[in-house]
Amino acid sequence: MTDNGSLAAATWAQVELARHPDRPYALDYIHALFSNFFELHGDRLYGDDHAIIGGPAAFDHRTVMVIAQQKGRTTAERAMRNFGMANPEGYRKALRLIRQAERFQFPIFAFVDTSGAFPGAGAEERGIAWAIAENLVALAQARVPIVTLVIGEGGSGGALGIGVGDRLLMMEHSIYSVAMPEACASILWRDIARKVEAAEALKLTAADLKRMGLADEIVPEPAGGAQTDYGVAADAAGAALRRHLGELEGLDVDQLLEQRYQRYRRIGAS
Amino acid sequence: MLVEPGSFNEEDQAITAKDVLGFKDSQPYTRRIEQSRATTGANEAVSWGEATLAGHRIVIVCLDFAFMGGSMGAATGEKITNGIERALQGRVPLLIISASGGARMQEGMLSLMQLAKTAAALGRLGAAGIPYISLLTDPTMGGVTASFASLADVIVAEPGAMIGFAGARVIQQATYETLPEGFQTAEFLWQHGMIDLVVPRPELPAVIRQLLDLYTRDGFHSDFELKGQARAAAQAAAHIRP
Repeated sequence: MTDNGSLAAATWAQVELARHPDRPYALDYIHALFSNFFELHGDRLYGDDHAIIGGPAAFDHRTVMVIAQQKGRTTAERAMRNFGMANPEGYRKALRLIRQAERFQFPIFAFVDTSGAFPGAGAEERGIAWAIAENLVALAQARVPIVTLVIGEGGSGGALGIGVGDRLLMMEHSIYSVAMPEACASILWRDIARKVEAAEALKLTAADLKRMGLADEIVPEPAGGAQTDYGVAADAAGAALRRHLGELEGLDVDQLLEQRYQRYRRIGAS
Repeated sequence: MLVEPGSFNEEDQAITAKDVLGFKDSQPYTRRIEQSRATTGANEAVSWGEATLAGHRIVIVCLDFAFMGGSMGAATGEKITNGIERALQGRVPLLIISASGGARMQEGMLSLMQLAKTAAALGRLGAAGIPYISLLTDPTMGGVTASFASLADVIVAEPGAMIGFAGARVIQQATYETLPEGFQTAEFLWQHGMIDLVVPRPELPAVIRQLLDLYTRDGFHSDFELKGQARAAAQAAAHIRP
């Protein structure tokens, strides 16, 4: 195997770990980290999307607003959660929670884990792009600290739709990409089988994002991956969330928003 | 062109795409950039500048589908954001004309983050009360629709333009759904309440002018009357209403 080939194989192993079916999902982290999570339902417009969950939760001695993408464990739950691919209702429920977090001054923790927004006719009819875009603005302007943690897959605009914030943390074996490797291979090579090459070319591992200055911190996982020990993974995630939130809470809110604006403003600035 | 002849002062012409990731698919990204430069004579998939339209100073941002499918890379996002920030600083209305396949794969996450960057800048523009008109042309898809293109005060589209997030092929592969006739056309989006008006190109100058008059509180100067397809759309809207 060529150097490029072995590099690509190593990257693909990361993709498979990020998607490991036994990997802790958002609710696993939520139950481990928060003592009193109260899930809220519905976007107040059309429906309740189980691919995005959220609500207030107790973290240390404060209330935080949790917004998360949730995959299913069993076949029935996978169907119910639509494999973690949200429709517009999921993003609009998230928007409702963002507004509520601002009203009550709850910091926001977002847990990202999706291969992307749902590619369906109904999602298009109900304005999936509009729902995501509106969240990008709402998160950019929310007057509370926001810490984002990618726990598994960060897929494209569907991830970014709950993923804009003051800090981007990534679990060691998580990935975050402009498009999933299969989609990228289909677009650029017109051949899904080229997904391994695409994964390598996209630079989507936690280490890649840290190197590019897009991720602030890589949260270590137990040897072999988070699926081997949920407790260890959640402890590390909790410690990182606590530390970054602590730093952000020390900032004046206008300063916080200016920093958040500049965080994105400088990406790709010439 | 929409603006008054000779009034357009293009900015940032030197800003060009960079191959930060060393990306190569069937050919290297650097070669794709060179080819697009040769074809279009431009350094990126977007041009912007200040211009005059019907007596209004505006910032106009225009995407070019001929340059790598109008896809949004880091330099594209940078130029769009510079345009938005100029509109904010100068307190002049913003017009963005989109034609794009979405985010530019070859720039990976640097491309995706331009969605957040342009959206954040538009958030500031909106908060300052500066009007933004988005004109969607064929096609406007993916991350461009999911960021600046859909975040306008008024969205106008050209007849038949394909507009959406996921492409029809992707949707069919994922869901095996039979897609309705006219799926993701401008008219389809209008029926579903996602855009304000479908306007044929000859009528665009008058529509944009009327909007600029109204949103800069000069509404009484406008002598524009709805005609053609725009009028048909308005009548259809009235008819649908209970």
